Amino acid sequence: MTLIDLANPTRFLSLTAKILPWLAGATALLLALGLYQSALAPDDYQQGATVKIMFIHVPNAWLSMFVWGVMSLSALGTLVWRHPLADVSAKAAAPIGAAFTFLALVTGSLWGRPMWGTYWEWDARLTSMLILFLMYLGLIALWRAVEDPSRAARAAAVLTLVGAINIPIIKFSVDWWNTLHQPASVLRIGGSTLDKAFLIPLLVMAVAFSLLFVTLHLAAMRNEILRRRVRALQMQQASLPRR
Amino acid sequence: MTALAALVRRDIQVALRVGGGALIGVLFFLTVVVLMPFAVGPDLALLKKLGPAILWLGALLASLLTLDRLFAADHDDGSLDLLTMSRTPLELICLAKAVAHWLVAGLPLIVATPILGLLLNLDTDATVAVALTLLAGTPALTFTGMIGAALAVALRRGGLLLAVLVLPLSIPVLIFGVAAANAAVIEPAGFGAPFSILCALSLAGLVIGPLAAAASLRHGLD
Amino acid sequence: MRLTATGLRCVRGGREIFDGLDFMAEAGEALAVVGANGAGKTSLLRLIAGLIAPAGGTLALDGGGADLSVAERAHYLGHRDALKSALSVTENLAFWRAALGGATANLDTALKAVGLDHIADLPAAYLSAGQRRRLSIARLLAVRRPLWLLDEPTSSLDAGGQAMMADLMRDHLGGGGIIVAATHLPLGIAARQLRIGERVS
Repeated sequence: MTLIDLANPTRFLSLTAKILPWLAGATALLLALGLYQSALAPDDYQQGATVKIMFIHVPNAWLSMFVWGVMSLSALGTLVWRHPLADVSAKAAAPIGAAFTFLALVTGSLWGRPMWGTYWEWDARLTSMLILFLMYLGLIALWRAVEDPSRAARAAAVLTLVGAINIPIIKFSVDWWNTLHQPASVLRIGGSTLDKAFLIPLLVMAVAFSLLFVTLHLAAMRNEILRRRVRALQMQQASLPRR
Repeated sequence: MTALAALVRRDIQVALRVGGGALIGVLFFLTVVVLMPFAVGPDLALLKKLGPAILWLGALLASLLTLDRLFAADHDDGSLDLLTMSRTPLELICLAKAVAHWLVAGLPLIVATPILGLLLNLDTDATVAVALTLLAGTPALTFTGMIGAALAVALRRGGLLLAVLVLPLSIPVLIFGVAAANAAVIEPAGFGAPFSILCALSLAGLVIGPLAAAASLRHGLD
Repeated sequence: MRLTATGLRCVRGGREIFDGLDFMAEAGEALAVVGANGAGKTSLLRLIAGLIAPAGGTLALDGGGADLSVAERAHYLGHRDALKSALSVTENLAFWRAALGGATANLDTALKAVGLDHIADLPAAYLSAGQRRRLSIARLLAVRRPLWLLDEPTSSLDAGGQAMMADLMRDHLGGGGIIVAATHLPLGIAARQLRIGERVS
């Protein structure tokens, strides 16, 4: 199985139809295992049970950046290799990435509530994540603003790559801005060293969430391909003479 | 009446189906508010104090910038010509368009306010106060902005000209909106007066906006 | 019913387009406005439709709903089709039927008459130029108004569409309607010529 084989949308549909149930099953199993292990993990001596939010937060935060990476790769696929499924992949990934980022933000602020006393603190990491969330929303808006998917694809690809270059710059600037205004916050998310009792459930959860992304992404790509086929059929129907 | 209901319905449908018109307004609001802490610093006490003002400024800009295409889209595709030939007075047509616009662009801003209030460290009372003042004040912004949108169509210019025309006119709304929201936080007794004036501004806009917009559209068509 | 214009004068952008224009059209009569490019054919139609204020002269439509203005009793079919791409064919037509007001006809009948009934549920975005034209024409049927102002009604229509338009116009005239059409192409119906802009050669 190579990328070339997958280039044919029909092949892609039939292949993913076979793979998806297994993927979904594996995701469900691994998520259940991860959640179970997380529940068993001991409380932190400093943070108490709050630390368990990490098991959800960290995988979401990791995926929020990973998905942008997937989209950047797809953007290259659109602009450089002209792979026919590249823009389908990029379009399907954007809302999923936004959802992961949103979950990371929500869990981050829930974690922060007992630590900071407020739901939101302009902490460097959370702030960067918020900017990433805004960029996801902007990208989704761009996809929706242009009616023709192939034209939207090129614009979105350029924006995705510009974003990929800019994200480290933004991250650096926000860190600098943050330390400028408040010298080193007491606790940072994921800042403390991890005990093995935390590390294993965290890794399981990270893999489970990654699988969740792959499952959702493939399903969303299928939907997008089918949506485009409906659109093509409708346009064809419009051009047919009346019987 | 059916004509106006049909117009409101169509404008909402078009706004929801094309490029998430409503979504972009809220996204702009969110972005403007998020920019503020980078300018003033992440000091929660300061942000809490400035919160109502930041939210009001963001909502003001978001609701005006989305007004740009209110009449321009209908002018470009010829709909405006036909609407003026309908049996419904043009003033009422303008009113219906403003109502539809407020529903898809104004109302989401108010719904988004609690989330933004969280970012600015506003407590529940202050957030509710800001949302309430926005609910009372954004119709005034829409009606004022509508006049600018109609003028912009007549002059075949859009974008920044609209903002330059309308922003000065919306200063009273900003003054009383922020005053009422701040009063609710600092001394609740002082909330009533600016809030009443805010409602009055919206009601006055309800009358003046459609009349002025219809007048400038009539002169602008050719 | 009779459309009467006396001494119409039209000035646009400081330039006089025409002056002292007189014409009359009885019920069941079609006027074909002819003239060179820039002679003011479109301006004349828009002036009758109330979209341009006349610089002088009077315009009257006698008989039938005298409390309504000329514009409220007229259909204007212009270059721009007033369709929203995001709405379906039926939604577009239903909107204009409700918005224009007055006596209406069945939507399906109107769509069938212009040959769009098989794609009634598709978004207008997918229509070709000719199909968009047909949908605009369906508007003339969905709302009954006695005066039709048609600007190049047969443009972008194929031969079948032109024949269809001729039939619809004939039916309208047969029902006592009046048509004022600006055109370079033959309309396909008997029409009296109204030549404007003679001074401009």
